[in-house]
Amino acid sequence: MTRKFLLGLGLSAASVALVGCAIYVAPTREETLQVVKSSFRERGIAKLDRLNQSDLQQACSEAALTGTELSKDVRARLERQALSTVKLPADGAYFGDFKQGERIAQTGVGLQWSDNDKTVAGGNCYACHQIAPQEIAHGNIGPSLQGYGKLRGNSQAVVSYTWGKLYNSHAYNACSPMPRYGDANILTTAQLKDLMSLLLDPNSPVNK
Amino acid sequence: MHRSTQFASLGLAALLATGTQAFAQGNAADAIARYRQLLQDGNPAELVAARGEALWKEKRGPKKASLEQCDLGLGAGVVKGAYAQLPRYFADTEQVMDYESRVVHCMVSLQGFDYAAVTKTPYSGTGQRQTDIEALAAYGVEQSRGVPVSISQLHPKEQMSYDRGKQLFYMRAGPYDFSCASCHGVTGQRIRLQDLPNIGGNKEDAQRAFTTWPAYRVSQGTLRSMQWRLNDCFRQQRWPDLAFGSPASIDLITFLGVNANGAKMDAPSIKR
Repeated sequence: MTRKFLLGLGLSAASVALVGCAIYVAPTREETLQVVKSSFRERGIAKLDRLNQSDLQQACSEAALTGTELSKDVRARLERQALSTVKLPADGAYFGDFKQGERIAQTGVGLQWSDNDKTVAGGNCYACHQIAPQEIAHGNIGPSLQGYGKLRGNSQAVVSYTWGKLYNSHAYNACSPMPRYGDANILTTAQLKDLMSLLLDPNSPVNK
Repeated sequence: MHRSTQFASLGLAALLATGTQAFAQGNAADAIARYRQLLQDGNPAELVAARGEALWKEKRGPKKASLEQCDLGLGAGVVKGAYAQLPRYFADTEQVMDYESRVVHCMVSLQGFDYAAVTKTPYSGTGQRQTDIEALAAYGVEQSRGVPVSISQLHPKEQMSYDRGKQLFYMRAGPYDFSCASCHGVTGQRIRLQDLPNIGGNKEDAQRAFTTWPAYRVSQGTLRSMQWRLNDCFRQQRWPDLAFGSPASIDLITFLGVNANGAKMDAPSIKR
């Protein structure tokens, strides 16, 4: 009798709860996206199409939200796709001027709505990386690049990896937080070459 | 105001220059901590809060009414402690609203101001006079100093707001592929020398972040609100312009606020 009574009580309590308040259903990704899109305004160079996510952005967002890793297959596919975007310098020359590279690494402007289409973007590398030892105001989101060339040498493998990493970081780590400096047209080919020199030139302060 | 900006950078430079040639980063961090400590004496935000209080009590707008009948969630006219329980659901608008959007709602409904006109310029320029919204934010949050953050998740729309805010927090988009979590998802990370609170995964960090905004920003010579904080993060994320009081802005404040529940409000604060 007791069990039956309790069961009955449980059921009626549940139905009261159902009538009493709306059942909560968590928002779907699409519903959230709609709310997000209605909340932003185009301003200057920052148009609303920036809110349209790529496959990679979507997959990496979902993984971060749920605290899970990408599956091996998805990860391999995204990295392959990213690698296919990497354009090698047409003239076959990978290097520029490390002093210019240092300037690019220090500069953080570009592509914000407070910039314009004439703003020469920087790489803002010091925001996340330790690079030349003289600069102590560096972030720590990315690994230290101090002694980058000294530690790795200048082999063809190192040169093409470094170029690819700068051009589209996702080629070597699908959900890397680093911007796609070449693929997203943030930096020019000449600027990328200057950064290559900052990292790999034996005379660069990075390798002293 | 511009002078204070110059003074701030000079002060920081002087403190940073007190070391030796081999100036380690640990020393720089110590110097910055000392600089921040020094800033605590005399926060110009007090003046802003005083102006906000005057604005709150003044009969203004087409309806020549004050904001003293504004219901911030604790009943009409209760300002004390109200900031610490926002955002929350309001039955009269059937929406979850944060402090700033609720105050604007009151300026429109009680004082008769035009919504578009009031929200056209919600944030002051560097070194410029505070906007009304900023002054009212300074006043409101001052009235919650020491009050524990207590943001409700009882109403389905409050839960919905939190869940959307969480999804948005991890959403990567734009030419730089940044989400909020790119900078605020790991404990102990810095941009340059600026410590970044881990808002998604570290309660103490979320609490410190939520309880110290609005803040007087010395480098900008002006008081900054929570809505501004989010707007300027998205600018640097290379996203478009986050609209003042928009649902996404409120959802993120709900996400941050609920993660901060229990900590005592300590704003307006003063920041570098």
